[in-house]
Amino acid sequence: MNLQKLIIDFIGQSTANVFSTMLGTELGPGEATIERGTPEVNDGLVSFIGLAGAWAGTGSVICSPKLACRICSLMLMTDTQSVDADVLDAVAELTNMIVGSVKNDLEPHIGILGLSIPTVVFGNFRTKSAGATDWIVVRFPWEGDVLVVKLFLAPTERAPHAVAHLMGQTCPVDV
Amino acid sequence: MESDVLVVDDSAAIRKILQRVLRQTGMAIRTIHEAGDGQEALEVMKSQSVNLVLTDINMPKMDGIQLLGALKSSPQWHKIPVVMITTEGGETKVGEAVRLGAAGYVRKPFTADQIKEKLAGILDPALPL
Repeated sequence: MNLQKLIIDFIGQSTANVFSTMLGTELGPGEATIERGTPEVNDGLVSFIGLAGAWAGTGSVICSPKLACRICSLMLMTDTQSVDADVLDAVAELTNMIVGSVKNDLEPHIGILGLSIPTVVFGNFRTKSAGATDWIVVRFPWEGDVLVVKLFLAPTERAPHAVAHLMGQTCPVDV
Repeated sequence: MESDVLVVDDSAAIRKILQRVLRQTGMAIRTIHEAGDGQEALEVMKSQSVNLVLTDINMPKMDGIQLLGALKSSPQWHKIPVVMITTEGGETKVGEAVRLGAAGYVRKPFTADQIKEKLAGILDPALPL
C-alpha cells in the first residue's frame, strides 16, 4: 500500500463528491504534487483543519476570493460578490467535508483519527506547520480558477510500526 | 402533526442548507429553530417546543454526542428523536451516538433525498432507520 497515492486518490474522490453533492457541479481530476521546503505565498482564503490520532497533521483548502464567493453562492443558493462571514463559513464547511471524508477513508488503513474544528484565514499569507515538511497538494482546475487541497500527515508514537514506514517517514519505533 | 425542528451545527452554512432541505421535504414543519452548539441547543430546548433534533457531532463548547447524552438522560426530552448529521463516519463516534439512542445518522456531504429518506424513516416507525 502506498499511502501517498491512497491519500491523493481519496482527496480526488472526496473533493469531487462534495462538489457534486453540496454544490451541484462537477469537478474534473486534480493534479497532484508533493510540496517540499518553503511553501508558496497565497493570496486569498485558506482553511485549515487538524487531524490527530495514530497519525497527526493538517488538511487545508486554498482558493481565490472569487472562487470562494462562487462556492458560497452554489452552496447557499445566493449571489455572493464579496468575501463575508457566509463565504468564510462556506469554505470552512467545504474543508470540513473534504478532509472529513478523506479521514473516514483513511481510518481503515491507519487507525482512528480525530478532526478539529476548521479555521479560515483571508489575506496574503504563507502557511507553515511546525514539523511538517512534505504536503500532498492536489490542484483542481474549476471555472477558470484553481482550488487547492493540501494534506500533511505524519505518524505519532501511537502509529503501528509497519504503517509508519508507508510514507517514507521516520518511524518513532526506530528513533 | 406539524413538527418543530431544532438544527444544531456550528456552521451557519450548514444550518441554512438544512433549513432549505427541510422545507423541500414536504414534511409538515411549523418552526425550524437553530443553535450553533450543544449548549445553545439546550437553551433553545428550555424555551421552545421541539420534537425533532438534527445535530452535528464536532462542535465547540458542547458537541453533538454530549448534547445527545443530555437529551436522552432528561425525563422531559428523552423521547425526542435525534438525528446526527456529521462528517464522522467511523465506528467510534457514530457507534457511541447509536448506543446513546440516536435515531439515525446522515453523513456529510448529504443530498436532500438522503435527509428526506432518513426523516421519513424516523417519522414512520414501520420503516428502518
